[in-house]
Amino acid sequence: MSLIVDAVRKQFVHRGSSQEVLRGVDLEVHPGELVALIGHSGCGKSTLLRAIGGLLPVDSGRISLDGEAVAAPGPDRAMVFQHYSLLPRLSLLDNVRHAVRAARPDWSRDQAEAAAERYLTAVGLWEHRGKRPSQVSGGMQQRTAVARAFAVEPRVLLLDEPFGALDALTRARLQAQLIDLWRSESDTEIVLMVTHGIDEAILLADRIVVMGNGPGPSVIDVISVDLPRPRDRVSVIDEPAYRAVQARLLELLMSEAAPDAAA
Amino acid sequence: MTLLDIAPTDTLPAPLPPVSPPPAATRRLAAGRRLRSTLATLGWALVGFAVVLAIWLLGAAKVPQLPTPGETFSTLRTLLEHPFYDNGPNDKGVGLRLVTSLQRVFLGFGLATLVGAPLGLAMGASRRAWRAANPVIQVLRPVSPLAWFPIWLVVFKDSANAAVWVIFITSLWPTLLNTAAGAAEVPEDQRDVARVFRFGRLAYLRHVLLPNTLPSTVTGLRLSMGTAWMVIVAVEMLAGGGKGLGSYVWEQYNALNLAAMVAAIVIIGVVGFVLDLAFLRLGRAVAIQEVTP
Repeated sequence: MSLIVDAVRKQFVHRGSSQEVLRGVDLEVHPGELVALIGHSGCGKSTLLRAIGGLLPVDSGRISLDGEAVAAPGPDRAMVFQHYSLLPRLSLLDNVRHAVRAARPDWSRDQAEAAAERYLTAVGLWEHRGKRPSQVSGGMQQRTAVARAFAVEPRVLLLDEPFGALDALTRARLQAQLIDLWRSESDTEIVLMVTHGIDEAILLADRIVVMGNGPGPSVIDVISVDLPRPRDRVSVIDEPAYRAVQARLLELLMSEAAPDAAA
Repeated sequence: MTLLDIAPTDTLPAPLPPVSPPPAATRRLAAGRRLRSTLATLGWALVGFAVVLAIWLLGAAKVPQLPTPGETFSTLRTLLEHPFYDNGPNDKGVGLRLVTSLQRVFLGFGLATLVGAPLGLAMGASRRAWRAANPVIQVLRPVSPLAWFPIWLVVFKDSANAAVWVIFITSLWPTLLNTAAGAAEVPEDQRDVARVFRFGRLAYLRHVLLPNTLPSTVTGLRLSMGTAWMVIVAVEMLAGGGKGLGSYVWEQYNALNLAAMVAAIVIIGVVGFVLDLAFLRLGRAVAIQEVTP
């Protein structure tokens, strides 16, 4: 029982010219795994994530969760976006609460309230629950978005460069918090995360999917990260396994010609 | 508008409370700066008005029939001493005229809002509604609202009602089109959030569509009100009937009472300014505070 991406293709047509972004992607993610998708801009990693989220139809191939085809967004999959994407007029609590109620119409009111409180508390924002997004920092906004995603108790959590816009210290804290939430506070089984950061990928992931720009296959390599958890961000970088993965990733990403920045 | 645009607009609350209150000296300095800035704004506004008055005086010297500013403002004072006198249907105070014009404007404007805002929302949210309505609107919109006056006259056989419906047409387009533009430009990330968390129609309307549309709707209302206030004067000149500020202007012209005519124009200008100010305030109140990463 797992998340299976099977021979998925997707092309975008823009002003007559078409570009195949996903070229026969195969991927299998098992419960308990955190998989990072890494690659240059335009390699299709976000496209793949959105397709799994059900936001984007694919041209061919199949995405399934526990054997059931994924065609639309569902409460079994929640997403965290790069730009936090909180609704600006709602308080932090209302952002979480309304998402839970909408995604989980079968839950009772109390159940939804409890989930919202639990995860906002878990990310340390319960006392700020009445504030609006514009009144808190970027890090707090993204923690709210993480709480919102966990609060619908998804089986799969999809993260699209969640910490890319944050400063290094805030990012480090949120990475630790994410792992904590995932491993001890939630029943979420699978985490899929798009990232630009090599170190972020190695620190967080069990496996790293390296994607490249055409014309070759989308997935260049899948690298296992055999580092025990919990991983300490300071000492882990001295592990030989860390060094090996880092060297391999650098080699793959450097040899992959970076497309124009405009992509 | 120009005067207002110079005024400081930044009223966002600070994201974090200050660590310690600024010392009294710093506060005094800041207060001094604000005072100087306010004085400069007022000072330059006075310079602008002085230039206009100079041109006016020059014009009045060349064209002896035109009232001078002095004559006009003394007439204005007399008019405003008894603004609400009522000596029968053909002789009412300028205040009563103003109330009549405002009633017509707000009635037509209100009806246009009731029709234009929901229709604009539908146009912005649905591609089909947009495609159906947009061509019609683009053809009707350039028609001067005054051209509708005879049509409404035929329909209602009453110039007062026709005037209200001319204001309705005037106010409809800006409200409609601005609402549609706002509704069409819901940020994609917010739409994604609504999809991922499977917001129902009502939740989407309440939490995503309406909050994102409201600011441009208010911009539309402000434009509508501005044009409506211009058009009411014109349509009342056309309609006559001894009511409203527009017919007042025309009557004073015919009676060669030009000082009263210009005084009425000054009143029209000040009231229009106040109306615009009110909608500007409303716009600031509903503006979405940008969320900066």
